[in-house]
Amino acid sequence: MIHFVVHDEHDSVGVVVVEGVKSGQQLTGWIMDQDKEIKVRAQNDIPIGHKLAIQKLKANDTVIKYGVDIGRTVAPIKVGEHAHVHNIKTKRW
Amino acid sequence: MNLSKAKFWGYKRENGRIGVRNHVIILPVDDLANAACEAVANNIKGAMALPHPYGRLQFGADLDLHFRTLIGTGSNPNVAAVVVIGIEEEWTKKVVDGIAKTGKPVCGFGIEQHGDHDTIMRASKAAKQYVQWASELKREERPLKDLWVSTKCGESDTTSGCGANPTVGNAFDKMYPHKVTLCFGETTEITGGEHLVAARCRTPAVRKQFMAMFDRYQEVINLHKTSDLMDSQPTKGNILGGLTTIEEKALGNIQKIGRKCLVDGVVDKAETPSGPGLWFMDSSSAAAEMVTLLAAAGFVVHLFPTGQGNVIGNPILPVIKLSANPRTVRTMSEHIDVDVSGLLRREMTQDEAGDALLDCMFRTANGRLTAAEALGHREFVLTRLYESA
Repeated sequence: MIHFVVHDEHDSVGVVVVEGVKSGQQLTGWIMDQDKEIKVRAQNDIPIGHKLAIQKLKANDTVIKYGVDIGRTVAPIKVGEHAHVHNIKTKRW
Repeated sequence: MNLSKAKFWGYKRENGRIGVRNHVIILPVDDLANAACEAVANNIKGAMALPHPYGRLQFGADLDLHFRTLIGTGSNPNVAAVVVIGIEEEWTKKVVDGIAKTGKPVCGFGIEQHGDHDTIMRASKAAKQYVQWASELKREERPLKDLWVSTKCGESDTTSGCGANPTVGNAFDKMYPHKVTLCFGETTEITGGEHLVAARCRTPAVRKQFMAMFDRYQEVINLHKTSDLMDSQPTKGNILGGLTTIEEKALGNIQKIGRKCLVDGVVDKAETPSGPGLWFMDSSSAAAEMVTLLAAAGFVVHLFPTGQGNVIGNPILPVIKLSANPRTVRTMSEHIDVDVSGLLRREMTQDEAGDALLDCMFRTANGRLTAAEALGHREFVLTRLYESA
């Protein structure tokens, strides 16, 4: 069963695609571009559609998704941690 | 799906364009004419009024866009005939004359010196004739290239970029070699992926035009913004759905243009493309505004991916909704025409999802009502550029 999907293997984040992911749950991810699977343990409850980090990120790191820059971290993010507006901001506007 | 011999059943209009609906519309030039238009549509079954709040004391480019949108709406091949009503004779005639260039039946009525009652009576008589005439028009079989297909997504979330938007991209990639006229837009919603769209432009001249439109819109944002737009772009719904930044939203958005088709040209708001291929329209990313502009540009069927569940429709342009979010297709099933949530469970390939969407597109073109049509969603929203005089 796929719990989250990743566009590209070099991305920093994946997208949870099932409802009810709980903190501590072992998750299986599907990397779509390379058709690979990875395992990550969720560090928080994460709603469907929301992201989790699949790489460890420091504050002010660039976040990569689709193999492209989608913004910067404003706090460190651990692998498996919920990655969203509380720890990532746009570099535009 | 092999589209080389694909056909659909449409209405051939006087100017050679093919429509997939057969509407008789009662079109107000301005806000003051809404009541008369709605009265006519109430009198004559099968006629549809398109009320809107604008059309007084506009000027310059904003007025040009107003006329272009109204004339384009009346000229759309999904419309068989048009009754135009405005407060003043002169602007009413301008809209009538613009639509008349298509050769379709159109007439206009000014309310001043007549009042609503007399105007409604005369316009109702014209609308009755049009409705009865249009009801005898027959569909004929046409090649795929006669279908003009637009796309714009709404209430996106991260599943849009993973599932529903690449499904549209797959369908666009399949239609593009068959000389279909295709369109996308949403200028600010390309922010963060503009280099990817620029790289897909067919010629340096098109690239320069695209970047000029992109840069102009960035200036509008920078001039008026009071924050990093985290309250409006991404929207609260986008953020609730897991989208974090405009860059992330943009990269999901541009999945809709697939991986192969090139951007052949750019058009201004409500402007009609001059030939087949993929066109970029400089436009707002607000759903009803952009779909209204696409209808005015002449598109006859629209592919609308959603994540969190946008409910938009259009009076004359059938809006086909697809979603890959399993929660949305469960909780808002009455709005979803194509469920591609299987993509995210690895139960469906991108190719199968694209074919499912194309199948729904052909059925819609042949006459099947979309969810939005069946539910009565007729959002007709004119884009304004600045204040009235």
